[in-house]
Formats: sequence, structure tokens, C-alpha cells
Amino acid sequence: MSEVNELYQQLILEHNKSPRNFKKLELFTHDADGYNPLCGDHYHVWLKLDGDTITDIGFQGSGCAISKSSASMMTSAIKGGTIAAAKELFEKFHSIIMTRIGDPIPEEKIEELGSLGALAGVREFPARIKCASLAWHALNAALTNSEKAISTESGTI
Amino acid sequence: MNIAGKEQIIDIEKLRKDFPILSTKVHGKPLVYLDNAATTQKPNAVLDVQNVYYREQNANIHRGVHHLSETATFEYEKARGKIKNFINASDSKEVIFTAGTTAGINLVASSFGRTFLNSDDEVIISAMEHHSNIVPWQLICEERGAKLRVIPISDDGELLLDEFEKLLTPRTKIVSVVYVSNSLGTINPVKKIIELAHHNGSKVLIDGAQAVAHTKVDVRELDCDFFAFSGHKIFGPTGIGVLYGKAALLEAMRPYQGGGDMILSVTFEKTTFNDLPYKFEAGTPNIVGGIGLGAAIDYVNTIGIDAIAEYEEELLVYGTEVLQQVKGLRFIGTAKEKASVLSFVLDNAHPHDIGTILDREGIAIRTGHHCTQPVMQRFGIPATARASLSFYNTKEELDILVRGIEKVKEIFG
Repeated sequence: MSEVNELYQQLILEHNKSPRNFKKLELFTHDADGYNPLCGDHYHVWLKLDGDTITDIGFQGSGCAISKSSASMMTSAIKGGTIAAAKELFEKFHSIIMTRIGDPIPEEKIEELGSLGALAGVREFPARIKCASLAWHALNAALTNSEKAISTESGTI
Repeated sequence: MNIAGKEQIIDIEKLRKDFPILSTKVHGKPLVYLDNAATTQKPNAVLDVQNVYYREQNANIHRGVHHLSETATFEYEKARGKIKNFINASDSKEVIFTAGTTAGINLVASSFGRTFLNSDDEVIISAMEHHSNIVPWQLICEERGAKLRVIPISDDGELLLDEFEKLLTPRTKIVSVVYVSNSLGTINPVKKIIELAHHNGSKVLIDGAQAVAHTKVDVRELDCDFFAFSGHKIFGPTGIGVLYGKAALLEAMRPYQGGGDMILSVTFEKTTFNDLPYKFEAGTPNIVGGIGLGAAIDYVNTIGIDAIAEYEEELLVYGTEVLQQVKGLRFIGTAKEKASVLSFVLDNAHPHDIGTILDREGIAIRTGHHCTQPVMQRFGIPATARASLSFYNTKEELDILVRGIEKVKEIFG
């Protein structure tokens, strides 16, 4: 059971139960859908940008504890920051969860992620990596103003 | 294991030994395989016959005059005969080998559709269809200007037959419905549906993917016009399936795919198509798959499909009882007539998370929408967790499932 408990850490369970920024923005500048057609998980992400700054962010939808907690932590982490900072965080997060099982990850790399570091264990569960990245791809689609809903199956994850 | 109160019908522990994979471990725990609606495991009889084929009989069929080609042709056609008997078709020419249920439905949608469907005609499916019995009809309806109608289902996951009768009109060319629902477990009253459709002058395709391994199928008794199923859901290999069709209908339909084996003669001016079933079998088929499916059917026959159905019913009743006692668990699909499927949701835990936690206990279940998104929409849920049974499962395994779900609840509260 230790492995499962490493995946479902308290922080993840807590974000799943009480997701932050779990709301539709009435005033927004960017938004996008994120789907995982393999499991039916679906989130919508709304952003309000002021220049390069993400002044507000919200998300709604349904999915598993991994996708929901990842979305929740993502919104908390990037709200108030710049687009560049959000993209940099995505890169860091993505490289951690995509690290192959068994390859070492320096502790400071996980610490850099803040609370999102709690999701590092997802790499041990390859079937769930797409859950962890779903909201991020929706965010990316919203920021690039992609008209199309983003799917976990439509490109590299 | 004995069946309580009855004579021993099948010896489960002995039969489990026929399936090498069932004695393997997953994450250090004995495998508890409860994903039989997705695919079934393969007995030695099926594994061995494929090995023998590739080692001793491999050749292309229906054309060589050499020994191996004759042997391969003989084995492949023998398998067709076994399938004919298993589903009680009147002639082997009504048994078309396909890649699976999906391929069979696509064949009918495309070929029947292009022969018989015209503008403003109607096709009826149900709200509990697998995507493979929805999308091919959407495609052909769009192409032919026909309309797709959907039989609604009740909160228990049963087809509303009254509504079906209302949907039948002189424009209804074909009705295509699932025998046993893969996400709800509902056994549909297909005989009644076929009667009603025929009374209306409509043809009927039965999606038998989930039915063949669990219940006796007699296509003549059902009087269905088409019946599609997959080899891998009845202990056979993947990539092989069967489409049964009434000969007169198949003969009237235009071919599906063109190529070798489906012709009698070809010139640039005119091609004469081959007789049934070859008219619908273009190209070198999945020979070893067909032979493997034949071996799987032999295997099922040695146990007896009625004995399988009886034991599985007992398992289903037991599984329903023990899962019902789990607080916060709700079944999706509570039809009176059900087979082999226990689909459920849990308060506070998403099916995906249930699946991951159970996996670490060695328990394989399916989580998600099961390729039946309209069913999920009907029940207002994104997904379910689904345990699906086969005759090689045991009550002990269902107890392990319940203990696994208790672990999910420990984590998710």
C-alpha cells in the first residue's frame, strides 16, 4: 500500500476535496477546454489577463483526484504571476512527471514546484500521467488562444 | 468449487489451471482479473493451437495447391464450421470472418446502408450502445441522408420497449441493438425486439460482443438478420471476429471491401464477385485468429455454455450482494436481467482513482466511460468502475474486490 499512499498524499486528497479556484470566471480574456477521451475527464479553464499578468483564474469540470488536485494546485501557483512564469512552471512540472521510473530526480527540482511537488509520485503510475497534465494542457491552449478544445490524445503530453 | 445445493457443474479451480495468466502476480499480489468485458484471458487450448499453426501449418489459404496451404485452408474452414454450429447458423456461408464486432457492424452499416438505405430512411439504435454501434450508423446515415433514432432507457438501465414501438415506422430500415450492455450488464429482450422489428418490416443487427461468452446464442431461434461478435471476448485471440448474416440478405448486399479472395474473375471492364462468405472477406484473413477462435469455441463447448451461464449468474448474485453492503457504493445498471457486469460509483472517489488503488492490490477492473459516453450522460456521471466476470472468477475474488474497495475508502474517506 505504501506506493498508493505515496501517490495519494494528504495534500492531493485535500485539494481534491476542496479544489481552489473551482469557479467559472464571469469576466475572462482567455479560456479553453481540456478532455481526456480515454477516461472522460473534462475541465474548462478560464483566465483573466492584464497585460502579461494572470490576474484571475478559474476551472470547472470533473475528473479524478489526480487531475482535479493538479488543476487546483496549478491555479493557486500561477494566479497573480506572469504568463512566462506559468509556462516555466509547466515546463518544470512536466519534466518531473515525465521522468522515467527509476531515474533520479534531484530533491531541489521537486521543491521548486512547491505544493505541486506532491504530484511527483504520479510518474510511478504511467497510466495516470495524463491525468496530472490535463489542466495544464487546457491552460496552454487558453494562453495560445487555441480555438479548439485540447485533448490529451491530440499531441505530445 | 461446488455450486451450493446442486451437483458440481464445473470445477473452477481445475479450469483456472487452463489459463496460465490466472496464476501470475501483479504488483506482488495474485492477479484478480475482473475485466472480462474488455477482453477475456486465453486457455492453453487456444495458445497451443496458434503455436502449432505457425510452427507446422502456416501458409496462405484458398489458393495454394501445396500441402501446407491445403492444411491451413482445412483448419480455417473447420473453425468456420465450429462457429456455425456454436451459433446454430444454417450454413457456414453465413459465417463471415471479420476483425471483430466493430468490423462486423461497420460492414453491415456500410454494405447494407449503401444497398438499402435511402434519403429519409431511418435507423434505430439504443441509448446503451457501445460507440461501435453508434458511430458507423452516424457515418452511413450522414452519407445516405438517413436519420438515426435512439431507444431511450430507464433509470435501471432497461430499454423502454414502448418507446421502441413508437419509433418503428415504415421508414425504419434496420434496428441495431446490443444483446448485453458492456457498461450496465443489461440483457436486452432481443427476441422481442427482433419480433417487433420484423413485424414492421425492418431488419435487425444484434451486437453480441458481450453475449456470446455468457449466454447461449442461437441465431435461428432469435431470427436476427445479423449477429456480430469478437473472438477475444470468448477466450479467443484478438483481431478476429464473426459476422453472421442471413444468406439472402448478404447476397443482396454490395461488397464491403474489394481485393483478393472476394472475386471470381477480374477484368478492367467487369469484376464478378465471389460467393458467400468470401464476397465479404477481401484479402488474406487472420488465419491463425480464426483457428484460435475455433479452439476457444471447442473449449467453451467442453464446459458447456449453459453451465457457464448458471455459474456466472451465481457469481453475479454474490457480487451484487457483497458490493451492495459497501457504504457509499451505488450500482449503475440495475436491470432485472443482467449478465456478468458490476458497474458502480463510489461517493468521494473517482473511478480512475478506484482503478489505480485496486490495481496495486492485483485487481484488474475497467474504469471510465467504457466507450458508452451516452450511457454516462444518461446517468449524469463521468465514468464508472466496472468489475466484469467470467466463469473462471470465484467468490473469493469478489471478496478481495470488496476489501480493495474498503482500502479506497480508507484513502478517500
